[in-house]
Amino acid sequence: MSYFQIPRLSYRVWKVWLRNKDVFVKTLTLNFLPPFLEPLLYLFALGFGLGMFVENIEGVSYARYIAPALVAVTIMYASFFECTYGSYVRMYYQKTFDAIIATPLSIEDVIAGELLWGATRSCINACIMLPVIAAFGLIELPHSLLIIPFSFLGGLVFASIAMCFTAIIPNINSLTYPTTLFITPMFLFSGTFFPLSALPEPIQYFALALLPLTHVVNIVRALTFADLNQFLIFDLAWLVVASLIFFVLSINLMKKRLVV
Amino acid sequence: MDIASVIVAERLQKRFGEFIAVDGVSFTVEEGEVFGFLGPNGAGKTTAMKMIQCVSPKNAGRLLVFDMEVDTHPREIKKLMGVVPQENNLDPDFTVYENLLEYSRYFDISRQDAEKIIDELLDFVQLKEKKDTMTEILSGGMKRRLVLARALINHPQMLILDEPTVGLDPQARHLMWDKLKNLKSQGVTIVLTTHYLEEAAYLCDRLVIMDHGRILVEGKPDELIRKYIGTDIVEAENEPVVIACLEKNDARYEVVGDMVQIYTNDPQKTTDHLLKECTLRKITVRSATLEDVFLKLTGRKLRE
Ligand SMILES: Nc1ncnc2c1ncn2[C@@H]1O[C@H](COP(=O)(O)OP(=O)(O)O)[C@@H](O)[C@H]1O
Ligand SMILES: [Mg+2]
Repeated sequence: MSYFQIPRLSYRVWKVWLRNKDVFVKTLTLNFLPPFLEPLLYLFALGFGLGMFVENIEGVSYARYIAPALVAVTIMYASFFECTYGSYVRMYYQKTFDAIIATPLSIEDVIAGELLWGATRSCINACIMLPVIAAFGLIELPHSLLIIPFSFLGGLVFASIAMCFTAIIPNINSLTYPTTLFITPMFLFSGTFFPLSALPEPIQYFALALLPLTHVVNIVRALTFADLNQFLIFDLAWLVVASLIFFVLSINLMKKRLVV
Repeated sequence: MDIASVIVAERLQKRFGEFIAVDGVSFTVEEGEVFGFLGPNGAGKTTAMKMIQCVSPKNAGRLLVFDMEVDTHPREIKKLMGVVPQENNLDPDFTVYENLLEYSRYFDISRQDAEKIIDELLDFVQLKEKKDTMTEILSGGMKRRLVLARALINHPQMLILDEPTVGLDPQARHLMWDKLKNLKSQGVTIVLTTHYLEEAAYLCDRLVIMDHGRILVEGKPDELIRKYIGTDIVEAENEPVVIACLEKNDARYEVVGDMVQIYTNDPQKTTDHLLKECTLRKITVRSATLEDVFLKLTGRKLRE
């Protein structure tokens, strides 16, 4: 079985998405809290606290500079954790996937539904966060509204990468590896809290070539600044290609794990 | 073929690496019957069920369910089938009612129809009062009945049950048996695995006894008992004189620990004979059961 076999999906992918949506709605308040509160905490600590000591960065206030990074990081966290810890629990502990594949759904449908739901989580969290940041006057409207559809694409990239890890880890504790070795460095070194240009050149290239968050930050920042440029096409293309590759790869890896 | 075969398996095989879990089994299940797979732990029952359910691909042989190939028509087959897996996999994120509602969606059942079906099913499995309970706090028997209800949501033509009553108390077990008898009377084909011999004898029209991935025998429960044991078993103490006497009389017997079991179709004659000819101290007579066949064929060694 090839790692890049095109999955045969059906409209039933949607049913898996609906299942996860139903659970989400059942615990709505709980789910709203993090994306609502976290930007406030970061903005006060970093934007207004640390920001006192930072004159300005690339010609804007520090709070304005990091506001898009907070949105980008939320996009990353929401889908990454949904499709690692969330999916792993459903797969391994709850046997939810086993129950679903006894019906006309295939395992491909189930994983694709999980990925689309992961991307949706990113979208939902971005939607909750944007008004909070907008209330502080830190983003340009209406440009910033484009972040909402974009967050789905960004979310899909992280969901798919997350699902690859979920497919290969031996147990849930091993998720610590991708979290500390991949997500945390990305959180810090993707042009989030200081410009990429402050880093040594090889690391800049590394970040651009291999860290998806770099591209998400670039696009979200351009939108919150209402300052679009032609390089964004490259960022967008990178994300589209990555999402396609990892979407297909993660489904095949999951098939390898689950179809025995 | 006059009666339609719901499952046709020919030299069906499943390997896990080098290990052969199901080793070239052939069997057919006819419409409307209750067909059992008996066997000790590790015999390959669950593996066989998973191939029929189209979730575990076979390595060799042929497997038709509802006249369709499992490899090429999994969705169509699964649509017509209900499954009670060995391990309960109810959705802990939902209540009893929601579990059924979610499941109905996977079969493209409209909300309106689903509500009607779910009401009927909750009645059928006697869980109406537990409708809004989270599944985690249900008792073992209730969980099992909910899994049964879930398996019935699409009005399946065939039901596959992998050890449906394992771990249940006698009341819960009998309730499950009642439900299965009821479903059979409605014309549902039932395939079940079990290692409770009493369950198999009570429920199954036909069964196979499996061990080490192979089918040892196939037949109707009472026919198997008749064929491999006889109608009755006479038990006596295992002493050299007894054995010598049995040998002399050409009796069919087996030594089980400190007992000898003598197989017979005429317990009256056998006991009279034994009491007269051999010096027996203590003997008991009882009817032969499927358990005797099972132990005779699969041996008495402990399995994991
Ligand atoms: N996924 C698997 N990988 C490797 N071996 C397996 C797997 N599933 C089952 N087996 C082995 O196949 C044999 C048959 O298992 P199973 O079908 O579960 O038996 P039963 O249901 O009759 O108790 C056992 O020895 C079991 O260890
Ligand atoms: Mg089993």
